[in-house]
Amino acid sequence: MVQPLVRVEHLSLRFGGVRAIHDVSFEVNPGEVFAIIGPNGAGKTSVFNVMTRIFEPSAGRVLVDGTDLATLRRHQVVNLGMARTFQNIELFEGGTVLDNLKLGRHRFDHGNFLSHWLWTPGVRRAEAASRARIEDIIDLLDLAPHRNSPVAGLPYGVRKVVELARALVTEPRLLLLDEPASGLNPEETRDLAFWIEDIQRDLGVTVIMVEHDMSLVSEAADRVLCMNMGEVLALGSPAEVQNHPLVVAAYLGA
Amino acid sequence: MRFDYDTSYSDGQALLRYRSDWVAYGLLAAVLLVAPWVLPKFFVGEITYLFIIAVASLGLMVLKGYTGQVSLGHAAFVAIGAYSHVWMMNQGLPWLLSLPLAALVSGFVGFCIGLPAIRVSGLYLAMVTLAFSILVEHVVGRWKSVTGGFNGIAVPEPILFGFSLAGLRPFYYLCLVVLVLVLLGLINLMRSKTGRAFVGVRDSEAAAYGLGIWVAGYKVLAFVVSAAVTGLAGALLAHHVQFVTPEGFSLLLSLELVLMVVIGGLGSLRGAILGALLIGLLPTFISRIKPMLPDHIAKQSGLEIFMFGLVLALFVLFEPKGLNGRWIKLRSFFQSFPMYRRDTFRRGKTYMKSERYR
Repeated sequence: MVQPLVRVEHLSLRFGGVRAIHDVSFEVNPGEVFAIIGPNGAGKTSVFNVMTRIFEPSAGRVLVDGTDLATLRRHQVVNLGMARTFQNIELFEGGTVLDNLKLGRHRFDHGNFLSHWLWTPGVRRAEAASRARIEDIIDLLDLAPHRNSPVAGLPYGVRKVVELARALVTEPRLLLLDEPASGLNPEETRDLAFWIEDIQRDLGVTVIMVEHDMSLVSEAADRVLCMNMGEVLALGSPAEVQNHPLVVAAYLGA
Repeated sequence: MRFDYDTSYSDGQALLRYRSDWVAYGLLAAVLLVAPWVLPKFFVGEITYLFIIAVASLGLMVLKGYTGQVSLGHAAFVAIGAYSHVWMMNQGLPWLLSLPLAALVSGFVGFCIGLPAIRVSGLYLAMVTLAFSILVEHVVGRWKSVTGGFNGIAVPEPILFGFSLAGLRPFYYLCLVVLVLVLLGLINLMRSKTGRAFVGVRDSEAAAYGLGIWVAGYKVLAFVVSAAVTGLAGALLAHHVQFVTPEGFSLLLSLELVLMVVIGGLGSLRGAILGALLIGLLPTFISRIKPMLPDHIAKQSGLEIFMFGLVLALFVLFEPKGLNGRWIKLRSFFQSFPMYRRDTFRRGKTYMKSERYR
């Protein structure tokens, strides 16, 4: 029996009287692509926000590789090897693609305030080494033509890929993708499915994604969790979940 | 036409990448080195003042341009740098020690202000810093034993290893050296982890947290760096004016600093310097053209403030990216000549920043 990488135990989240998440439990195995689906307002993104410590859960806990996330502060989550993208792109608008990816290397960056001020040879070497890792990801995601373009002027689809790249340069073990296909055309969505496969197989990254596009989910995901009104409706293979009576009822309102 | 063709990662790191850069900056250096020997005395003093105010402008740029935190009270840090420098020199500290210590004192005050101030942003932060600056102005006015109160206090001569730097030319070179050192340091800081984290905090706090950036820590650090650099400028300014009074550090100086970074172009060190040049020269320029203006305009009070406002309005309307943006457009015009397209810098579309996490 493999030890699960992520274990969500009886997670609940309330905002006053609103029950965003109610008693949600699931496990994600290492190397798996795990999708969370559900109608709007089901609490999918809230699960992500609890996992990245944006929201404090009202009850329950999340364990990543045995570490209780409640013990970490918001900026320490990345040190567990956890990276995420956002539903509404959160890029650093002032910079180029390369600047954004360099920022992604923050946790590996070398030196202290003084050595930065003096631009010491050690800092210079670390910058070059970091750049080499960035170039690997740029190659993987075909971002070379956009390397020095300001992100503010890029098309929406490319911006999504840049955000994915920025998450990958943190060298995560666990990648949280919040609606990676929203706003992409069918061709870009197909590219994305291949990339997710590459990320899982070649980089050995476990992926959890929130997604509406069922073609992407059934192509890329190993297991699917369906949520509605903050609760778990069904958990299983994509085909199982899609044909589950409760899921069909939630989507079609039967 | 020129294409960037890097063959190693260190190519991308080089500050002066091409021979033309070496020539241009070499010429600039030569002009600045020769200037005090050929220009009339008045202009040498004026340029020295520009160097000092450019250091202060760089200090504010770190805070406003890179981390996006507004400060309407940076004159307070100039004052703290100036008065602590004068006080320490009067206590018998050597000049060379007193100067960096003044920067550290100012940086420490920046730390104390930064801790509570990072809890607010935007307009509220502007109010907090404004209040702080008014407070400092009054403390300086009343604390007679240290500051000399409203009567002011004389500034001792800067003496380095037995040589006086108070002369017009030595002081010119001193300020130039400080400006270059601060500029190089900040360039390095901004292209390393620290500076990138500053920009990350400015552009998206949610993403910054997700990448492991300790947002609160970097916000305070930006306050400290900004206050220290501005304080250093204050210490130099004390020598320049030779007699410091609280009126020299009023709200108007804070506003001038804000104008410099906004008109220079936020998020660019070059912009901070260009902005300091423009705003620093404006009063002299106005007093020069005054005799040529009709009497009923020239005699108006507040002509300077009116011009500041006019320049700001024109920039916000026609060149929101400031002098630095204009510089980049000019440069790319010549680099890509004759292939320059006017639309190169036109933003196709702006994306809505909605549903942001804090």
